[in-house]
Amino acid sequence: MIEMFQPDFMQRAFLAALLVGITAPSVGIYLVQRRQALMGDGIGHVALTGVGLGFLFQANPIWMAVLVCVLGAIVMELVRARGNQRGDIALAMLFYGGMAGGKLLVSMSSQAGSGSLESYLWGSILTVSPGDLAVIGGLAAVVVAVTAGLRRQLFAVCQDEEFARVTGLPVRVLNLLLAVMAAVTVTVAMRVVGLLLVSALMVVPVAAAQQLTRSFAATQAAAVSVGVVTALLGVGTSYEADLPSGPTIVILAILAFALFSAIAAPLAKRRHRHRAAAEHGPAVCDVALPVQNPNAQSLSAQSLSADGTEDAADTTRAAAGAAVKAPLSGETLSSRGLAQ
Amino acid sequence: MSTVISTADSDRLRPSSGEDTGPAVVSLRGAVATVGGRPVLRGVDLTVRPGEVVALLGANGSGKSTTVKSVIGSVPLEQGSLELFGRPLRRFRDWHRIGYVPQRTTAAGGVPATVREVVSTGRLPQHGLLPFRRKDRDAVDRALASVGMLDRAGDGVTNLSGGQHQRVLIARALVGLPDLLIMDEPMAGVDVDSQQVLADILRSEVERGCAVLLVLHELGPLEPLIDRAVVLRDGCVAHDGPPPRGVGQHALPGHDHVHPHADDHHRTTQGLLA
Repeated sequence: MIEMFQPDFMQRAFLAALLVGITAPSVGIYLVQRRQALMGDGIGHVALTGVGLGFLFQANPIWMAVLVCVLGAIVMELVRARGNQRGDIALAMLFYGGMAGGKLLVSMSSQAGSGSLESYLWGSILTVSPGDLAVIGGLAAVVVAVTAGLRRQLFAVCQDEEFARVTGLPVRVLNLLLAVMAAVTVTVAMRVVGLLLVSALMVVPVAAAQQLTRSFAATQAAAVSVGVVTALLGVGTSYEADLPSGPTIVILAILAFALFSAIAAPLAKRRHRHRAAAEHGPAVCDVALPVQNPNAQSLSAQSLSADGTEDAADTTRAAAGAAVKAPLSGETLSSRGLAQ
Repeated sequence: MSTVISTADSDRLRPSSGEDTGPAVVSLRGAVATVGGRPVLRGVDLTVRPGEVVALLGANGSGKSTTVKSVIGSVPLEQGSLELFGRPLRRFRDWHRIGYVPQRTTAAGGVPATVREVVSTGRLPQHGLLPFRRKDRDAVDRALASVGMLDRAGDGVTNLSGGQHQRVLIARALVGLPDLLIMDEPMAGVDVDSQQVLADILRSEVERGCAVLLVLHELGPLEPLIDRAVVLRDGCVAHDGPPPRGVGQHALPGHDHVHPHADDHHRTTQGLLA
């Protein structure tokens, strides 16, 4: 077990995984909040052109990818901000153009074979060089500084853009900054999980965390924890079992999501029972509950005070628990499916 | 312009809307705006004076919401001018003086957030890039208490009813003690009891001296508070004056139209029961 930490390349791999585990969910949470969960995916596609350019001009592919991703992300943000009806078509052009352009550029370059392109598509954490690690570390520090330092501003902009504008925030600047941070994160994560799975590490830890949380701050902390734990575990597992690291990390994150979803429902029910007892009746029920029996609410209040018909109260609570749960999971689905 | 207020307001606690109370809070002149290529505003004039409550009325698509959005600068004007607190929009920086309550649908993120977190964003003009301090937290507590949601501060916003959600959005706008409150359809999707709560909240803000610009579908329980109504039709002002009435109880002889105060709450409720 210990010997996996011995080789230099493994130490670098764990360090890179740690950095990605922190940065990807830090940016991803704002994208999910803005229901743009798949933006990272789009940037990942565009990044391929950057890698291709790096091969062609024999420059460092990471820096070329940063450059192209930042440009791509800014274009995406401008398209989004205009709210153009044909915006998604424009984004599709960008994504597929980036993907196709990358492959073409790589095939035009003399030096690189298809093997090295693979390593960017799926990640190759074991070949991270000390130089790569320095770049990844520097970029990760910038991303963390921005996403943590401006968290109130970014939260406000992603929660309600119009309101944020009326508070006098430079909404456009913040949106562009977030897009640039997403682009930087994609290139940071590209060596670890690969361009095709970059978005997963930005979205899945957030989706997993929010199964259990009610506040944004808690979601942020939990998402980063999930990101770090799954990234480190994934690298360890891939070493032990001789599996590719990127897909292993992503599968672990999805397992965390499944686990959290499974324990979320009973937990919410218990939480709700506490609150129902404390408030002397299920006050939350007036939210959006199509209660089967309109008398159930008053019934349950009576039964709580009179200690009488206990099962009537139970059905109400169960129904309320379901109602509290349902919009959450529905949202998660739509935020992952609908964002462009 | 002050002559348009025909109702008895001599005994009101708030500053009356005379000429000597400084520049207009909102001064929109000849506003022309298009949304998605369609001309929505075709020369709208709108003035809100300090302490005045103005309702924007009109059918769907008449340009009410667009007018409000151009006042907050989110829909650009193609022609016309806009001054906020006596300054052109371009040079206006005192955003903390404006509290904005959007239509309820716009404020839902894809990540859970608590009531307190959402309301805290209303404090951004005050603390800016500095850390969120004790006095900011106290201001959030005060705003939550004023809408009766302090006990729900730790709850997720997605679990609230329509009326509660609206109260959270109002609290967010009130955190900075604004001099102008802009509300877009505050009564939409809110049950009758909560409408009364909202009317009470609004009344206490008006008594504090806050000017209010409201987009309304119908006057409803807010009617006694409204000084002036601006009715839009097809992007033009069709009426600017006392709130249109002549329906319901207000048309009955002997109806005493009063502006409510904290101590004569029962008189408002009587009118409401119509």
